[in-house]
Parts: sequence; C-alpha cells; structure tokens
Amino acid sequence: MNFSQIYSKKVLEHIRHPRNMGEIKNPDGVATVGNLVCGDIMRLYIKIEKKDGKDYIKDAKFQTLGCGAAISTSSIITTMVKGKPLNEAEKITNQAIVEALGGLPPTKIHCSLLAADALKKAIENYRQSHKK
Amino acid sequence: MKPIYLDHAATTPVLPEVLTTMRPYFSLHYGNPSEPHQWGQQARAAVDEAREKVAQFLGAKPQEIIFTSGATEAINLAHKGLIEAIRETQDVKRKNFTPHIVTSSVEHKAVLETCRHLEKMGWASVTYLPVDQDGLVNIKDIKKSVRPETVLVSIMYVNNEVGTIQPIREIGETISQINKLRMASPRGSARGDNGELKIYFHTDATQAIQYLDCQVAKLGVDLFSLSGHKFYAPKGVGVLYFKKGMPIVRQQDGGEQEYRLRAGTENVPYIVGLGKAIELVQQNKEHSANLRPELRSREFIEKLREKLINGVLKIPGVGLVGQPKKNAPHIATFLVDGVEGEAMLLLLSEKGIAASSGSACTSGLLEPSHVLTAMGYRPEQAHGSLRFSLGQGTNDEEINCVIKVLPEIIQRLRKMAPKL
Repeated sequence: MNFSQIYSKKVLEHIRHPRNMGEIKNPDGVATVGNLVCGDIMRLYIKIEKKDGKDYIKDAKFQTLGCGAAISTSSIITTMVKGKPLNEAEKITNQAIVEALGGLPPTKIHCSLLAADALKKAIENYRQSHKK
Repeated sequence: MKPIYLDHAATTPVLPEVLTTMRPYFSLHYGNPSEPHQWGQQARAAVDEAREKVAQFLGAKPQEIIFTSGATEAINLAHKGLIEAIRETQDVKRKNFTPHIVTSSVEHKAVLETCRHLEKMGWASVTYLPVDQDGLVNIKDIKKSVRPETVLVSIMYVNNEVGTIQPIREIGETISQINKLRMASPRGSARGDNGELKIYFHTDATQAIQYLDCQVAKLGVDLFSLSGHKFYAPKGVGVLYFKKGMPIVRQQDGGEQEYRLRAGTENVPYIVGLGKAIELVQQNKEHSANLRPELRSREFIEKLREKLINGVLKIPGVGLVGQPKKNAPHIATFLVDGVEGEAMLLLLSEKGIAASSGSACTSGLLEPSHVLTAMGYRPEQAHGSLRFSLGQGTNDEEINCVIKVLPEIIQRLRKMAPKL
C-alpha cells in the first residue's frame, strides 16, 4: 500500500494538505465540471480584483469529490492562479498542472484536464456575468 | 503504528510452514520431475505428493489435478480447452455449430475476458446472466438460458468483490438433471445430433477454498479452478480440477507434463507450497473444534467481520453491500456516499491500513466495478465502494483501529466535496 509508487511527493503533499479548500461566498466566477457517473466532480471559485484597469485573481478555492489525483490537481491549480492576472491565468494548460505536480500516472491525466477545464469555465463564468 | 492488512481477498502472505516446506526444492532437491535419475525422481515424488493432497482436498483423483500458474490460467484452460475439444468433435459432424456458454455478469475478469475472447474468435456464443441486488444468480435464469448447443456453465463459487456465495450445489444438480434428459433422449429426437452433448460445469473457486465445502462430487462440478496465493501459498501457482474423461485440449503446447494438458517443466517448489497450504486448510476445516479460537478460521473471522461491520455502519451515509451473513466470512464491502474510493484508500494507507475499492480510479480502466453495477448499483455509488477482506493475521485491535480512523477519513473527504 504504497501510494508513493503511484503518485509524486508533490501530489501526495497536496492530498494530505489541500490548499484553498472550501467555498467562496459571492464568488465572481464559479464552475462545476466532471460528473458523478465518471466519479470526479470539481467546483472552482474565483474572486477577481481590478488593479490598474487589469483583472487579477485575488482568491481561488475548490471543492472536489474525487480520487487523489483530482484532489491534488484542484488544490494546485488554486495556488497557480492566485494573484495572477486573469489573462495569464487562463493560459494555464493541463500540461502545466501536471508539471507543477511533478507528474501524474498516465491513467490520471484526465484529472488534470478536469482542473484546467474548471478554471477555463470559472473565468468564462466571470466574464459573462460581468459583461456590460 | 503497525500496518494493518485488510486485503486478503487480493492476496495472502506465504505461511512460514509453507515456506519451510518449499525451501529445499529450490537448491537442494532441484531436479526436473521428467528425469529418471534420483534428482528428478525426488522432485517427481514431491509433485505427486502435492497432487495427492489437492486431490484429497477436492475429493478427486490425482489424475484429475493439473497444476497451473494460477487460477487465471486454470480458467483459460478450462474454457478454451473444453470449447476447442468440442469444436473438434462437432465440426466433423456438422457445420455451423457454435458451442454456447452460460456464465454470470459478476465473474472475475479471468472468466469474462476468456469468454469474450471465445466470442470474438467466433468459437462460442456466451450468455452473461444478470444477478440480483445481493449478487446472486437465479437458477431459473440458468435453466432458461440453456440451449441445445450449451456445453458449459461457468459460475463462480464466491464473488471476490462482495463475497456472495453462489448456489453451486443447486446449479450442479440442475445441470445434472438437464444432462440426464439429454443423455436419455435418443438420437434424432427434438434435439437431433445434440442429444449426445453434455453440459459441463465449471466453478471459479478462488475465494472459496478456506471457508467452504470444496468436494467436487458434492458440488457437481466438472471443472474447478483455484489459486494458491489466496490461501497462504505463493503467487504463481494454481490448480485446475477436471473430471476424468471429459473433453479438454491443452492450451499450452510442448512436453508431456501434467497428463499432457499443460506443457512446461513443473514449478516444483511452488507446487509443493500449494500442497502444504491446502493441507493446512484441510486440517483447519476438519479439526476446527479442537483448535484455539484464533485458528478456527471461519468463526474467528466472522466474529471480527461482524465487529467491523457494526462499527463502520455507525458512520452516516454508509451502506453494506449484499448480505454478509449469507456470504463468505472474510469479505465486507461498503458503499460510502459522497466519497470516492481511491481517495479513501489513500488516506487509509496514510494510517497504515490496506483495503480495496471498486472505484473507477483504482481499476485503471476508468470504469466502476462491473460487479457492483451488475448488482444494480449506480456508477456514482460504485465509485464510493470500500472492501475490507480479513485473514489469519487479523485481530481485534486492527478492527478497532479501522473503526476509529475511518469516520475521520470519510468526514475529511466529505468536507472537501462540493454540495450538489
């Protein structure tokens, strides 16, 4: 029962101590991706701050029902986007997530797609609800 | 903290006395059993003795025991070997004859994938029977699905994921009745040439060896597969029992070993180990009343499991799969609402506890357990499944520890999940 054979140190660290877990009340953007049938469901909240006319992600939080990989990808993506300008954050790819975690097993790559998708959709959600 | 192993349905450790029995057959008595010199004959005698022990355990003849690399190989040989033998004889008489197999949808992959292979090659057609909420096949369904071309019924003895015991004896009786009618019906009756085809009955008994009656005559089986490492013998050795005289063609070609049914030099030390382990199981079954409580495997394990079940079911949103009282004593499978199985396994392993899950994330296939879905559970329920399987080393403190840490783990993961 050695999950360290399956997951990198970084992944396990994020599972043990998930960052930014929970809910943001009145988020500026939120998205729920995945579904119960496939087993993983991830919700990402973002709070936006305007500085010098530019949008920044001030805060990001996640809630996830899923396997270890799903938990770690959702945890790490919140740390990757916090404080980043929105236009930079939205360029984060699933490969970048996998790299930040020190790799994922091949069967778990789809979890990183889920996290990247959640971010993209949360940003979309923000843009749509803040269109003038 | 001492690690807690509750995955005995996956595999068991090799018992010290089993290992001791095996040890001389690596470097001391290393002869090839096919050779006539003393080295060879010493190895031959050891293999024969192990075969004798297995035969005794099953109430069979030594000539009906084939050693294989495990249950998977035994199952492949049973299914493919029988179908090939029947096709050989039937092809001569009739064209377009496709043998038919009846099996269940909750079998181990070794059976399901072998059946799919036979279907894919066009060598057999297969009916996969449904099961009820408890994982049981219905004998009426077996009767209904039998066709004139049916030559094999393959139903597992104990389900590895949930512990359901199939009514093997009753199925055996049913098949025997059908066979009697078939054999009695004269040539040219409603079935035409099929009148002489018998239905053979295979059971995958991998999970049944330690706790259930394995007398093949009582069960009414013609083929019976087992694997050593589920009962404290090493991995890499198993057995196929096949009723003497039944049609079977070997699937591994080569030398004359194993009554010409499984070529290749015998894995002598492992065969010796399996023989010893099965002897120990038999002693345990026979003398359990005289043994110390911790050695009375069935009662002992059932009691510990009951404690585990009572403790785990106190957690809200946790349900039990099947009816453990009617099931094999060593398996307890739970469904945990709102939590994914692999995440539970991971946090359990952080506490030094090994269990198993039918969640998609643990399968590598990204599909939830075919057993749980066949039992009517939704995929989202199956993703939250958690199996504990107990064994000889399991004790009270270990169960207490699981009961203590599991609620915290479930709570922690539920707190992480979004409200839907």
